[in-house]
Amino acid sequence: MLTIATGNKAVAAAVKAAKPGVIAAYPITPQTEIVEQIAEYVAGGDLESRYIPVESEHSAMAACIGASVGGVRTFTATSSHGLLYMHEMIHWAAGARLPIVMANVNRALGPGWNTWAEHTDAFSQRDTGWLQVFVGTVQEAYDATLMAFRIAEDERVLLPMMVNLDGFALSHITQSLDTVELGDFVPPYHLPHAIDTENPLGYGPMTGPDDHFRFRWDIERSMRDARGVIAEVEREFAERFGRSYGPTEDYRCEDADVVVVAMGTLGKEAEVAIDRLRDEGIKAGSMRLRWFRPFPDLDLAGREVVVIDRDYSFGFGGVVAHSLKSKTGIEPYSVIAGLGGQEVTYNDIADFVRNRRPGTETWFGVSDHV
Amino acid sequence: MYEIRIHSRGGQGGVTAAKLLALAAFRDGKHATACPFYGAERRGAPVVSFVRIDDEPIKVYSQIHEPDLVIVLDTSIMDVVDVLDGLKADGTVLLNSAHPVAGCNGTCRHVDLTGIALAQNLVIAGSPILNTPVLGALAKMGVVTLPSAEQAIREMFSDERNVKAARAAYEELKI
Repeated sequence: MLTIATGNKAVAAAVKAAKPGVIAAYPITPQTEIVEQIAEYVAGGDLESRYIPVESEHSAMAACIGASVGGVRTFTATSSHGLLYMHEMIHWAAGARLPIVMANVNRALGPGWNTWAEHTDAFSQRDTGWLQVFVGTVQEAYDATLMAFRIAEDERVLLPMMVNLDGFALSHITQSLDTVELGDFVPPYHLPHAIDTENPLGYGPMTGPDDHFRFRWDIERSMRDARGVIAEVEREFAERFGRSYGPTEDYRCEDADVVVVAMGTLGKEAEVAIDRLRDEGIKAGSMRLRWFRPFPDLDLAGREVVVIDRDYSFGFGGVVAHSLKSKTGIEPYSVIAGLGGQEVTYNDIADFVRNRRPGTETWFGVSDHV
Repeated sequence: MYEIRIHSRGGQGGVTAAKLLALAAFRDGKHATACPFYGAERRGAPVVSFVRIDDEPIKVYSQIHEPDLVIVLDTSIMDVVDVLDGLKADGTVLLNSAHPVAGCNGTCRHVDLTGIALAQNLVIAGSPILNTPVLGALAKMGVVTLPSAEQAIREMFSDERNVKAARAAYEELKI
């Protein structure tokens, strides 16, 4: 059905379609609209699910862990400080191999208090063993949330997954949304190691060095297998519902001399900049990075690259710029922009390309090339 | 692309007006986005929201710096906010006012949305509802069609007085 919705409402609609048995959540701006809408679905009988209004995000993830290992599909949503408050349980969810799906509405961290878009919150959970995808439109927020359940619960993966959308810039923007009849696209939840009272087992016991090491390798092996599963699920989604996704969304890249790599809404805004640059005769393209974990292979050989990071690793550099450099060997022009919701327009992005100096870093509006 | 900036005060319904307008444009078969700018606002503080309407899919997420149309739901804001900032040379202004407002250059129109809301007894928590009547005025200006404006209102609100208020604004606005 074709309608309009905010990014938050789109996520909630996808959750309703995927029918998790347990939703445990704590509100936080700018995510609150997601769990409010889901609570309304549950209260109104549109979603048969146990909604647990917990007292903290740490408890939200703990409740999801308990329900998930109990054999029930689970969902939660959070943002920023809420995500960080979950941190210990986020590691646990991945280590226990539980396919929990979480929407994270990307927001800056305090102090100072700031509720606007930034990717530092999600990147701070980089090494936890969660799959992470970043979306750029309301439709994609819906589609990616649907696919998240399917990908996470695949027996070749069995890892939790985070769907990231930019705070306010996407969570609160209203765009068109085409909801789908899900059919059997997301099969019934099946966890091979779910608690079975007829066959009691120990969960989370003391684990010695050798077994621990083996478990960690098993996470990485599944993370590697996840690449193929993601491609498979995205292909099937396209066949069933007519919308295609991949590790990146490439725009006018085929003959491009210079490619802008960005994530989330800045990656969509970049496409407008590319059209402007093309009009000036600059052969530019845009590559919106969708998947962060597993990090995709990027085909950028022979191009100049401008990376926009809506994040920063202090004492090191832009996380995406350095990830890209380590994967491709390319020294990008690293632009740090949009932190805490800083306004970045397509004109600004076009300027990043016009003024690019590969191998250097600049903080938009703050520093010159450094 | 047609770009609209809506000035209001927190609690006056500017954000909902933006959503209603986007929905009406969408029902007209156009692409539309509504994008509130959330600051640290609270009830009564000046707020701004943005609507973009186009025949093509809209990829712009940044704020609107050069609007085609500025809507002012509360003209007292004009004392503290330069509502005309960046308005295109051929741009239009729509004011919620019973009378012309001094100092408003450009193609300025005015309609008494507050009076229309009060006449329909459309009041929530002591504030007249402006976001549904303004849609009628926008239909008169050709931003959306009247049937789509009415459909959008009915999709979001069950109280038929909202549609009546929109029709009243459609009739009252002088073009």
